[in-house]
Amino acid sequence: MSQIQLWTLIFAIITFGIYIYIAYASRVSDTAGFYVAGGGIPAPANGAAIAADWMSAASFISLAGIVGLAYNGYAGGVFLMGWTGGYVLLALLLAPYLRKFGKFTLPDFVGDRYSETTRLVAVLAAIVVSFVYVAGQMAGVGLVFTRFLGVSTEIGVIIGMAIVFFYAVLGGMKGITWTQVAQYSVLIVAYLIPAVAVSSRVTGIPLPQIGFGAILEELNGLQADLGLAEYSGAFTQISMPNMVLITAALMFGTAGLPHVIVRFYTAKSVRAARYSALWAIFFIALLYTTAPSVASFTKLQIMKDLDGATLATVPDWFNQWADVGLITTAAGGPVADLGTSTFSYTDVMINNDIIVLASPEIGGLPAPIVGLVAAGALAAALSTASGLLLVISSAVANDVYYKKINPAATEQRQLMVGRIAMACAIIVAGYFGVNPPGFVAQVVALAFGLAAASFFPTLVLGIFWKRATATGAAAGMISGLVITFAYMVWTIPIYGGSEGLFGIPATGIGTIGMLINFAVTIVVSKMTPPPSEEMQELVEEIRYPGRTDLVKRHAGGEAIGH
Amino acid sequence: MDDTQRRAYWRKNLRLMAVLLAVWALVSFGAGILFVEPLNEIVVGGFPLGFWFSQQGSILTFVALIAIYVWRMDRLDREFGVAEDEG
Repeated sequence: MSQIQLWTLIFAIITFGIYIYIAYASRVSDTAGFYVAGGGIPAPANGAAIAADWMSAASFISLAGIVGLAYNGYAGGVFLMGWTGGYVLLALLLAPYLRKFGKFTLPDFVGDRYSETTRLVAVLAAIVVSFVYVAGQMAGVGLVFTRFLGVSTEIGVIIGMAIVFFYAVLGGMKGITWTQVAQYSVLIVAYLIPAVAVSSRVTGIPLPQIGFGAILEELNGLQADLGLAEYSGAFTQISMPNMVLITAALMFGTAGLPHVIVRFYTAKSVRAARYSALWAIFFIALLYTTAPSVASFTKLQIMKDLDGATLATVPDWFNQWADVGLITTAAGGPVADLGTSTFSYTDVMINNDIIVLASPEIGGLPAPIVGLVAAGALAAALSTASGLLLVISSAVANDVYYKKINPAATEQRQLMVGRIAMACAIIVAGYFGVNPPGFVAQVVALAFGLAAASFFPTLVLGIFWKRATATGAAAGMISGLVITFAYMVWTIPIYGGSEGLFGIPATGIGTIGMLINFAVTIVVSKMTPPPSEEMQELVEEIRYPGRTDLVKRHAGGEAIGH
Repeated sequence: MDDTQRRAYWRKNLRLMAVLLAVWALVSFGAGILFVEPLNEIVVGGFPLGFWFSQQGSILTFVALIAIYVWRMDRLDREFGVAEDEG
């Protein structure tokens, strides 16, 4: 066993032990605890949990590489702005009002505000979006185990499933939330240590966000020498209109994702929901401002290390990652094809994930730090997986079983159904983790467009426009979803492969779908009779913090006419 | 709160939201994308300014916007006597 494997194992065992202990200490015995942690999580902890929930294996492992390598700097801004800007929308337009509304799930709000039909549309959309995501997380867990410990993907996924099973089934939202707080701490420390080290080594400035500026000119120069477009140059990869469309789809999609929205139900009060959003964006910004910095100086260091290199002179990290197939020749063959010739950055193909995975070695850090990065990647994958699994299990147990099949079910019975649903969801997710369907990678990026085109307008109009009707919302959601989905299928290479209209990419169509949803909901609502007086009064009341009668009675389970 | 107060509270809330969302759009879509080329002519601390907005500045602005929102809403809640105790 190598040094790196040993340290990865040590960190994995320590962190998994912590998660299991937290889960045991915060086990729950009622549905409020299982679905929303009893609505009693303090804002900083809730913010850390949102951040861990939100930042997946992809954010942790791939984001820096996507920005630096795949999108050559500036174009990567769509992900940086898109995946953070949505929190402004969440904080201002959704979080306080959904918290005031109470209840357990996103379909709960849609069902109570509009109608039972729209609830079912929402349940379906929530489950599909969450499963697509969770498969990616389980695959991420398998990936880390394979790369760092040399075990098979199956064993990696099974270990990950067992850990999630333990704390999610036992502790529900409460167990998940406190575990996510620990997981955020692990992942951010694991991200920042190598970032500071690489920044110090490459730029002489320890703060990555400042060191970033010091090397841009050199990086642009090196890229020009190799005939690559300027790193900081605008629109070298994506046109201006498409930058706007993709960024918007990611922003509005973030504000419509069920596993993020449900987080605001776990806050103690409306005020705590606002503070949770603030803590969340702060914790997320720590990683999201560091990632593009790491991207630039790791890329610079890679280009320098490989300038005029031969296989005999390349640094250790090159050989190590070439061995597992993450570095190949530009044509995709093994690096041995390079023979004894000298080569440079453009002669090899470097996987996006290398930027983070190899940054400790590129920064000259010892083996324990590499192990810590592996533990951070596992924390990122497990925390996102558990949040998504909770959305699936609560949609099944609360919105389908309790609200539709057996409204007379006792607390104990609902809890049991929730746990069984969770266990089944984990098994299905594990299966997809081991046998990822070919379309997962494609669909994860597109899930944001679907969320933007379906949930966001429905929620915002439900809160800010009393006149929005059930028929209007259902028509809006369906037209937004269908048009977005159809366009995606039509243009994705593995299906339709069409050029599309006006050069709009599949990742940007969600913005158009969202505008269509808004328009259809408004027009149809105008043509249908307004919601009942009582419903309009309920919408009025969720606008103000503090206890109010109608919301209280409603949260107590009293039906309010649509 | 009576009806007049409610309307006043809601109007103030909407005005705050409108201002913050305008800044949100100006910084991300404006400085980060639409006006990135002219802004890139200005270099601060090694960063072409438009590039900096799209990779750093917009994210920092988002944090600041939510901080201002939370702070102003706290004040508004106290002013109208609907403040909650815990944060």
